Amino acid sequence: MSSFKQNFKILLIYKSALIGLITILALTGISMYTVFSIPYDEAIKLWRAGEQYWLDNPRNAIPSWINVFSSKKSPETIIFDTQRPQHGVSKAIVQVSDRFTRIKIEFLLNYEYEDFPSELNLFLKSNYNKSSPQLSVHWVKPNGEDIILNSFLIYKEDTYYISNDDRLASELKSMISKKINGTIGYDAPIAVLLFASEDASIINPSTVNVMRGEYKLWIDGIAFEANVNLDAKLVVYGKVFGWAGTDHLRRDLGIALLWGMPIALSFGVVASVSIALIQMFIGALSAWFGGRIDSLIQRITEVFMILPFLPILIMISTFYKFNIWILLIIIIALSIFGVGVKNYRAMFLQIKEFPYVEAARAYGAGNFRILTHYLMPKVIPIVIPSIVLSVADFVFLEAVLAILGLGDPLTPTWGKIIYDAYSNGALYKGLYHWVLEPSFMLAFTSLSFAMLGFALDKIFNPKLREM
Amino acid sequence: MVPRFVKYIVKRGIILLLTVIAAVYITIFIANMGGYVDEIVKSDLYLSISQSVRQNPTYKALNDTQVEELINAIFTNELKRIGFDKPFIYRSFAYLRDALSLNLGRALFLSSDSGSRNVRIIIFERLPNTVLLFTTMQLLLFLIGLFGGLFLSRRYGSFLDRLSVLLAPLSSLPGWFYGIFLILIFASFLRLLPYGGMVDVPPPTDKWGYALSVLRHMILPVMSWLIAYTFIGVYARRTFFLMFSSEDYVELAKAKGLPESLIQRRYILRPTLPPIITDFSLTLISSWMGAIITETIFNWPGIGSLFYIASIIFDSPILVGLVVIYAYLLAITVFTLDFIYAILDPRIRSGGI
Repeated sequence: MSSFKQNFKILLIYKSALIGLITILALTGISMYTVFSIPYDEAIKLWRAGEQYWLDNPRNAIPSWINVFSSKKSPETIIFDTQRPQHGVSKAIVQVSDRFTRIKIEFLLNYEYEDFPSELNLFLKSNYNKSSPQLSVHWVKPNGEDIILNSFLIYKEDTYYISNDDRLASELKSMISKKINGTIGYDAPIAVLLFASEDASIINPSTVNVMRGEYKLWIDGIAFEANVNLDAKLVVYGKVFGWAGTDHLRRDLGIALLWGMPIALSFGVVASVSIALIQMFIGALSAWFGGRIDSLIQRITEVFMILPFLPILIMISTFYKFNIWILLIIIIALSIFGVGVKNYRAMFLQIKEFPYVEAARAYGAGNFRILTHYLMPKVIPIVIPSIVLSVADFVFLEAVLAILGLGDPLTPTWGKIIYDAYSNGALYKGLYHWVLEPSFMLAFTSLSFAMLGFALDKIFNPKLREM
Repeated sequence: MVPRFVKYIVKRGIILLLTVIAAVYITIFIANMGGYVDEIVKSDLYLSISQSVRQNPTYKALNDTQVEELINAIFTNELKRIGFDKPFIYRSFAYLRDALSLNLGRALFLSSDSGSRNVRIIIFERLPNTVLLFTTMQLLLFLIGLFGGLFLSRRYGSFLDRLSVLLAPLSSLPGWFYGIFLILIFASFLRLLPYGGMVDVPPPTDKWGYALSVLRHMILPVMSWLIAYTFIGVYARRTFFLMFSSEDYVELAKAKGLPESLIQRRYILRPTLPPIITDFSLTLISSWMGAIITETIFNWPGIGSLFYIASIIFDSPILVGLVVIYAYLLAITVFTLDFIYAILDPRIRSGGI
């Protein structure tokens, strides 16, 4: 034990080991926090709930802290809800007679960003009995101009996807074109048409700019019965969200980034430690008993060495669609007869001849006791560095499976995010954050293990330390 | 002397052959995925038979039940012909025999660029692409590692040496991972190099243009592996050489005043070369098969991406075929190395081992 303490002291001398150790501790801390604050089941539910759950989030948004570094501020998402009183929201319901109700809802939006919002949606909820209310939705620009966006009858739960209203798009386009005596030649989204300054700059997508000021969206509704209530929620989607941004399904990437951490850590550590221990045990068996057991183990090892590991693993995971923890067991099962067994056997063949083993045998220690109490403990310090180093390999192995689309379909992992990003063409569309965030997490994790592992290697293998 | 040597070689050969047989059999078992592939084959067969019967004008006169009976009769016959009436365990040995004799059969779904369904043609059409890319990478890595390692072991403790030690942990990130960043920088952001693939679309017609285009597509994948594995390669070789250069016979050679280059060539490189060559050849062969993700990320039309595609659409014959060819390649390499070392190593030559 004292030698362990001594080694630990030496460890702290190496700066790289210190950095690695601190990072690993930090990652472990964050993982613990994640596991306790967002339980596993809830994380899966959040991640797999579908777009309905995340309707208030912008799509493909970049992280909001990017605003700090960029000169052009991207808009945050602005939400107005008549069920949540806040400045700029007003609702009036007037009982005209026992057959008519007039409803007026107003949202005042002070828009001071330099960039356009990404989308606009209007969510409506009404408690009518028989005949649905008739609404017309108005848009008032800062210059006072009032445009009717649309008029329609609504269901009890309804959504007006303003950004998807093609008729409105062409109407707005021709209206603005007439006003500025030019044509808008490009496919301008509605969010741009609603918020743009109406001058010559709008003709070109690179010069179009925001008309800043106070906008108003108001709803003029008539219900054809008494006591009808209407609630509305206006979401003006921004282009930034949270600390991690969102993906194509509006999901908060932060959840997957956080949850990826405990999964990556436990996957990597469990795989590397258990594979090393089992291989060590098999190697010890092989060296200690020799003879038939030895040659049997050696032949099995050779068979597994000739099987290509990753292809076999890919084959198993496509064919049987296991979840991540069963996959972990299969990875361990495929690796226990790996090349490591041969290395351990070579080490144990030497240790076997040491006098202290002889002594143990002389006083009558059983085979199993010698294996676990005399042979294996001698080797463990030597292989700790390689165990630490191989954690990174298994973290990446999980990522590989996920990126190939073969991993666990439910659990949010870093590899899964990269897979989603790739299959949605994130790099072509310039959504770099989507690929970079999980990649940095992967790199960060494995580098910290690698730095610690290399330093440990120097400490436990003194021959290297001299060099 | 000769009989011992022959005995050793024959014994190694038999053991390797048995190893290959066992490995291929395990693969066949996994690739059949518990009977699922059988179901695919059967339903495919049924479909093709019923189509051919229904389209055959000879049977136009038959009513529905008669047609049904006819189809079923042909179907059972056909099943018997391809051996599907017996349980899988019988057929697995037939598969094993076919696989080992490289009679790889026909793919279930995939076909080669020339339109063939023959598994061997599909695989050998793609193998050269993989060999080209990964042999280039591995050769570069090998040479840089060897000479870089020798260089640093001579200048132990210098700035470059410490730099290589410092940068070695960077190799904990795999090559494909750097590939993502390289694509991001050089293809997506700078638009200098292609995102992936092996040759421009449409391919250049003249020979030189074609070669140049392939070379351009190779830059990013080769670079990604060089970034990932150069530092660890140099670091490992350097440590290896350093350990050998503190051997007594090297000290003696130094004491004798032999020139530095001679010491390196004869006293350091020569005894360390066999393990280095073994390491290189095994890494090379396994890189042909293990680079599935690199090939997928760079969209390189090699056997790695072929394996990936085949596994997604459950094309077992191709999967088994790839593993068989890989196992053979590996076994032949190991055997050749054994053979060469048996000739070169005086201990084996005289029967010491």
